[in-house]
Parts: sequence; C-alpha cells; structure tokens
Amino acid sequence: MANQHHPTPMLDELENGPWPSFISGIKRLRDEHPDERIQNMTNDLLGQLEHSYETRKGYWKGGTVSVFGYGSGIIPRFSEVSKAFPESREFHTVRVQPPAGNFYSTGMLRQLANSWEKFGSGLVTFHGQTGNAMFIGVNSTNTQAFFDEINEYGWDLGGAGPCVRTGMSCVGAARCEQSCVNEQRVHRTLLNRFTDDVHRPSLPYKFKFKVSGCPNDCVNAIERSDFAVIGTWRDDIKIDQEEVKNFVAEYGRDKVHQDVINRCPSKCMTLNEDNTLSIDNGNCVRCMHCINVMTKALSPGDDQGVSILVGGKRTLKIGDLMGTVIVPFKKLETEEDYQELVELAENIIDFWAENGLEHERCGEMIERIGLVNFLKGMGLEADPNMVNHPRQSSYIRMDEYDEAAENYLRHKMEQRQAAAG
Amino acid sequence: MSQPAMRPPIESGCPDGFQYMHPVMRRNFGAWKYHEHPRPGVLLHVSEFGEKIWTVKAGTQRILDVFTLRKLCDIGDEYADGYVRFTIRSNIEYMVDAESKVEPLINALEEAGFIVGGTRNSVSMISHTQGWLHCDIPGTDASGVVKAMMDELIDEFRNHNMPNRVHITTSCCQINCGGQGDIAINVQHTKPPKINHDLVANVCERPSVVARCPVAAIRPALVNGKPSLEVDEKKCICCGACYPPCPPMQINDAEHTKFAIWVGGNHSNARGKPTFQKLVASGIPNNPPRWPEATAIVKRILKVYQEDGQDWERINDWIERIGWPAFFEKTGLPFTRYHIENWRGARNSLNASTHIRF
Repeated sequence: MANQHHPTPMLDELENGPWPSFISGIKRLRDEHPDERIQNMTNDLLGQLEHSYETRKGYWKGGTVSVFGYGSGIIPRFSEVSKAFPESREFHTVRVQPPAGNFYSTGMLRQLANSWEKFGSGLVTFHGQTGNAMFIGVNSTNTQAFFDEINEYGWDLGGAGPCVRTGMSCVGAARCEQSCVNEQRVHRTLLNRFTDDVHRPSLPYKFKFKVSGCPNDCVNAIERSDFAVIGTWRDDIKIDQEEVKNFVAEYGRDKVHQDVINRCPSKCMTLNEDNTLSIDNGNCVRCMHCINVMTKALSPGDDQGVSILVGGKRTLKIGDLMGTVIVPFKKLETEEDYQELVELAENIIDFWAENGLEHERCGEMIERIGLVNFLKGMGLEADPNMVNHPRQSSYIRMDEYDEAAENYLRHKMEQRQAAAG
Repeated sequence: MSQPAMRPPIESGCPDGFQYMHPVMRRNFGAWKYHEHPRPGVLLHVSEFGEKIWTVKAGTQRILDVFTLRKLCDIGDEYADGYVRFTIRSNIEYMVDAESKVEPLINALEEAGFIVGGTRNSVSMISHTQGWLHCDIPGTDASGVVKAMMDELIDEFRNHNMPNRVHITTSCCQINCGGQGDIAINVQHTKPPKINHDLVANVCERPSVVARCPVAAIRPALVNGKPSLEVDEKKCICCGACYPPCPPMQINDAEHTKFAIWVGGNHSNARGKPTFQKLVASGIPNNPPRWPEATAIVKRILKVYQEDGQDWERINDWIERIGWPAFFEKTGLPFTRYHIENWRGARNSLNASTHIRF
C-alpha cells in the first residue's frame, strides 16, 4: 500500500503554464509507476521539495558513497529531514559518462531507463553541467547494483571531487560543416587516458577537458574547462564565389556590409564591385562570424588543427578565468600528433598535481605562479599569440634577455626552414 | 561467513559515440558542406556527397521521469529514425534522413507537450543547476525558476525573434555551476553565514575552511570553550564559499538569499573574444514557487535587446555598441556603487578616457 501523498500546494503551481513540468513528471512516478518503492520514494521527495519551497532552504547533505573499486562518480545525498520523509532518505546521484557529442539510440535510452527504474527513483537528466548523464535518486545499497548492471553493457562512471572530470564535446564532425577536428577521437583519447584519474580523486581539485570543433566553441571550452581543445585552420577560408553572389542577390550589398563586412573583428573582408568577396587571410583571426552568416559561401580552410587553451574556470576562489592560449596551433592527423596531445595533458596534470594548492584549479595556479613559470614547467616557448599585448610594467629583471631573444629568432628561422621544406 | 565477492568495475571510460550516431551522420562524418534553417526548431545539413539530414530540436523539463524518457523514445521510433542527441542546454535533437519526416515529427513532439524550437536567434532552453531537488548547498531551486521562466519565454523559444541567439543560465549559489550566459540569474547572498558553533569542530576540517575564504575573513576561534571558526563580518563578502566544506556555516537564508542578474557572457569567439557576464541587477527576491520578479527583469532586458539590437549582435555586442549608460537608461535598471568592480583587475574596468555618450 503506497503512503499517503504529501500535500504540495507550492509545487502544484509549477504544473501550470505551457512549458513541460518536472513536477508533473515526478508526480507521474508517484501516481502511476507500478513499483511501490518508486511511488514512496518520489512521494517523500516531493514532500521534502515542498518543504524547501516553504522554508526556502535545501535539506540535503553530502557524505561518502562510491562503488567498489572507485572513489568517485557518485554524488551522495542524505536527507536532513528524513524523519518526515524517510523513503527518500538516501537519494544519491550516479554520474555516467556519455559519449562525446551526447549521442544515443532510443534503444540504449530504453535499456538505461529499464535498469534505472529497477534500482533508482526513475528520475534522470541529460546532462548535468559538467556533462554527465545524471541518474538522480538511488539509495546506498542499490547504487552498486545499478552501476554493476549498466557497467556490464558499456557505461562507466564520470568524475566527482578532486579528479579528472567527465569531458564534453560539441556535435562536431558528426553533423557540422564547421568542425575542424575529430572531436570523437580527441575526446576519447584524452578522457580514456585518464580513466584512473577520473575514478580515483587524488588531484588538487577538478580538471575538465572540453572539445569544440571550431572557434564558435559550442561547449564553452574556453571559459569552462581547464584544458580546451578548439578546432581551427591556418590556410585560407574557402570561398564559393557563386554562392557569395547568390547571397548578395538575396540580401543586397548593404546587408552584406552591415552583417558581414563591418562585423569582421579584424576588418579583413572586402565586398568587390562584382559581388564577390576578398579576404585578407593573413589578418583573419578565425572568429567564425562570416562563416556563421554565409553558411553556403564560406567555410573553414583545409589545413586544420587545434588551438589549446588552459586554465578556464568559474568563480571560486579567485574569480572567473578564461583559458589562455598555450598552443596556438597543432595538427592532429597522425598517431604521433595525438600522442603529443596526450603528453601535453599528462605534463600539465602532473605539474599541477605537484604545484597546485589544495582546492586550486589549474588556472588559479597559473595566475599565482605566472604564465612564464608554467610554460617553463611545460617546456613551451613564449609566443606572442599567448598575450593580448606585451608587458606594460618596466618592473622586471632582464638577466637572460639576450639569450631568450636569440632563441626566439633561431626558433623562427627553423620554422621558416621547415615550412620551406 | 565471508563477504560476497565484489564485482570489479570495467573501466571502459567514455564510450564510443559512433555506435549511437544516425547512419547518415556516420557515413558523412567530417564531410558536411553547409547548413540551413528551414524553420524554427529545424536544421538541415547537407554533405559533400549530397546526403541530407534534418534535425528537429525540442525543449523538455530536463529532469526527466522514465515515462517522459520513454515517450521521447517512442516518438523517436515512430516518427524519427531511432537516433537522438542532447545539446549542452539539455534540448533533445532528433535526426531524420527525409524531409517528409520533419512535419509529422514536429506534430508528435508538440502533441506530447514538448516544445520545438531553440535554434538560431531564439531564446534557447535555460541551462541550469540542481537546486533544492538534489544539491547540498543550494540557495534556490533552479528547476522551478527555469520552469516558471520558460512558461513566459516559450514564444521566444519557438521563434527567431532576437537579434542573435540568447543563452540564459541560472545558478543556485555563487559557485555558479550554470556558467556564463547572455543573461544569468544567479543566487546572491547578502548576509554572512550563521555559524552553529556546537557542530563546527566535529564536522569541519577547520584549516581547509579558513583556506577556502577568498578574502581571508575566517579564523579559528574558541567559542564557548569549543574549537570553532569565526567570521570577520566586516570583511565577509557573503559568497558562501565556506558553506560546502563546513555545513554548520549556513549561508542560505529565507530572506537574505537574493537573486542577481548578469548579462553579456558569451563563450563564442565570433566577432569579439569571449566575454564574462556583468552585474546589472541585484536584490531580487528569491520568491518560490514562480519567482515573478526575476522573470519580469529578464523579460524587460530581452524586450529592449530585441528592439534595439542589430542583426547578429549578441547581448554583449549590443551593449558594447550602445554603451553601458544606455543599457541602464533603456532598461530602466538602477546603476549603483555596487556595479563598480572592486575585485582583482578592477582598474581595467574603469573608464580612463573621455569616451562618453551624451
């Protein structure tokens, strides 16, 4: 016999209005799910949530719950008001790593739903802000059973706590002509190199990888990841001049000037008299705007690779940081290219594990020690693409300036020779 | 009796995505040529080989019950090709290989109560955090705020009415898991934590709590003969960073936990470099179950942006063109001394010029 329903007058207000209601969904589990365990669990969940709405406070506390062999992947939640709402006393979340790009077949989603309702609350979110599939609400005993079942058919837990976290990638080359990189391969190569660091938290704090196929950065990699891999290209933007003419014919020259030419941040575009486009590619910053507007006429060049930015994060503790360019361009074609990418990530994580303070993100460490010391640790050379402008302050010792200048010029010459073959 | 043997995990990590991709996407991986927007909520991608794939995007309640998840799968099997993906704003996308499947799919989604839209220059789904439903430190319930707000923004989700796309986010505390947004509705605490000194010694690792404070306002202290922590309330910025590692330092308050609204966060490199969001309004009541005050301000900002922004200007581009004084003038929002930065790097945000619009 199911328990008596808690009254939920405030939550009921969220069943009004045209947008789909999560409250109606939870009530469906309470009222229509055949399993009494789920009915009672969701009833008490609604009771506690209503209590939160009335008192404007949360009533979950953390704890220590994981699965055998792992130290992370479960977000433990124990109710502080379990006397009143005992059936949802333990309400942990299981974080599951999705594939890059968040692809699923309906068959797989059904299979996950079947496993989940056997053990959990029946509530799930695709996806949390880090990028995990979030199976919300399971007690401590069933946590292991649910994981064992889905682990058998190919799903593994994501990170939680001070560890490498689940990554995120855009839809990418699977369905987007603007992609300049194989996001699937980059994502899996990086994440699955660090599986141990995902499952066993032992780093100063969280470390996130994100991969965006182009500088539109649809997964917010620069601002929201410690290690951002962003597709780009270094040859010319490809122009289909016939499609340019079609675009001009449809929208008019004024509109092309207003929406495309004038919005180019480096003013590198000209609309010619004959309604064709010229681009000063040496001055193009690969911002994507013109390609976004003229999707048929313009596309990224063929000499593709990635830019790598390190150190993005949100507020805690020193304030928001965007990632900083540490590799302006890197080809990703051969096994060796991918190996070098992995080695860079390994070096960064090792260096940060050694030098980061407790609860200090990689970007905060770089802020504390300075980019130059970080580059030295990585064995990377200074590059003008790493800064908005050179230093303004004269307060610096120049002990080894001549040597550094010589190195830079020699490095440049080697690059020119390599380019000339 | 010995314990039953525990099953060792299979550390498979991130699964292979190709197995869940629509066959047209697998065949044309890395070979797409261009895309079009046939109508709101629908994308058409055409490959170098001439193959086409239509995507239909829909908003859901994000916190899905298994019934809703199965309904989404039923629609995917009956009207689409059995392949879906989720966007980072938790919209669901169905991919189909024929134009004739688009209309019936849209109808099926709308009939089942899902909302088709969220493409191009619309207001997409609000990306949000867990809130009272599951988080251990929330000041509010993001799911409720978002539901109430999307009820009012639904037409903007369904249509391409904005100068450019609008990404809205919410966060239930100042850690801001919701991230940057064109508009962000975030909890802002306004009073220092209330400390339960009886519990601190047993629950909190005191040195790490002291280290967590961004302004060094916390120090160890003996209170009523017990080891505890005290907060220099004059220094305290009420950020709540001490609360997660030390739950007896309760930061949430029914009255003093407020909302603030921020605008102009933009992750894309298109046109300008990525930008952080800026504070425009605060002191907004945390008013469940429908938070009308926050929604009203968001709608006001959106209305002015819609009327005043030029095509392709994101909110940050628009404000950069018209200037912040005009933003406050046009939206009618008050500008106060609290809007002037005093955190590190503050000087870079001051106007050291005579560039002033009259």
